[in-house]
Amino acid sequence: MYKPVALSETNYILSSCKIVEGTILKNESLYFEARGLPVADFLIEAYNRWGAQYPKFYKMDQLSKLGWLAADILLKDTLNPRDYKPEDLGLVLSNANSSLDTDLKYFQTTKDFASPSLFVYTLPNIVAGEICIRHHFKGENAFFVSAEFDVDFIQQYVNNLINNNILQFCICGWVDLLGEDYKAVFFLVGKEKQPESIPFTINEINKIYQS
Amino acid sequence: MDTLIADLKKQIVEQLNLQDIKPEDIGDEQPLFVEGLGLDSIDALELIVLLQQHYKIKLANAEDGPKVFYSVKTMADYIRAHQPKND
Repeated sequence: MYKPVALSETNYILSSCKIVEGTILKNESLYFEARGLPVADFLIEAYNRWGAQYPKFYKMDQLSKLGWLAADILLKDTLNPRDYKPEDLGLVLSNANSSLDTDLKYFQTTKDFASPSLFVYTLPNIVAGEICIRHHFKGENAFFVSAEFDVDFIQQYVNNLINNNILQFCICGWVDLLGEDYKAVFFLVGKEKQPESIPFTINEINKIYQS
Repeated sequence: MDTLIADLKKQIVEQLNLQDIKPEDIGDEQPLFVEGLGLDSIDALELIVLLQQHYKIKLANAEDGPKVFYSVKTMADYIRAHQPKND
């Protein structure tokens, strides 16, 4: 039987990944830097440095590439796939520009030959799907569009999912891209405190997001 | 090498964003889908666009797709049989 539990129960940020202005930070430490590149080149450079073998990466739109990289780096050496069931891990993501970057590119192609491979990325939650396919996640996922990163809302939403045992772990955060402007800040949140974890509080989320 | 086949290989790599594959790595008779290049259903749609865009050919019958897009060679055969004549 469903028993709501207190939303104030503390969960923990097990890891974080931030991609902004030509830099990638894992747990607030610089992992990769290639400033001054156009976003398309930066994402390919970062992917090559990351060293994954995932040919579909090249076919993704820029928003999906950004989120895919952030999730891959976030999860590295943090969670062992043996420690959770596919249904235990979900995603709660948000951004300001939805899939507008790809929507505009797709619209351009409709003047000549509409591109099927661009069309399939004209929804913001496709990035969540790409991450779920990559890591075989089958837990609940949601994507919200808001002008600013709504920390209070995301924290409450994720706490609700975890505290009610709908998820054991949740990747949450912000993944936004339009033209050359981009920012991804992902958090892996879980119930159990680990040596390097920090409380999943509004202050701690803001500290990482805004740093 | 057959110019049409060479052109098709380049166009496939470019249109489908196969950045980890060189045109010359694609065999003339290598299956394009599943066990071959591993293309998917969205790629199939892109190949239909490629035929229209570069060769002004519309696939008359969608059921012909698996045969036409089986390999680069079958695509080239279809183009030769259906390309509009200039004379």
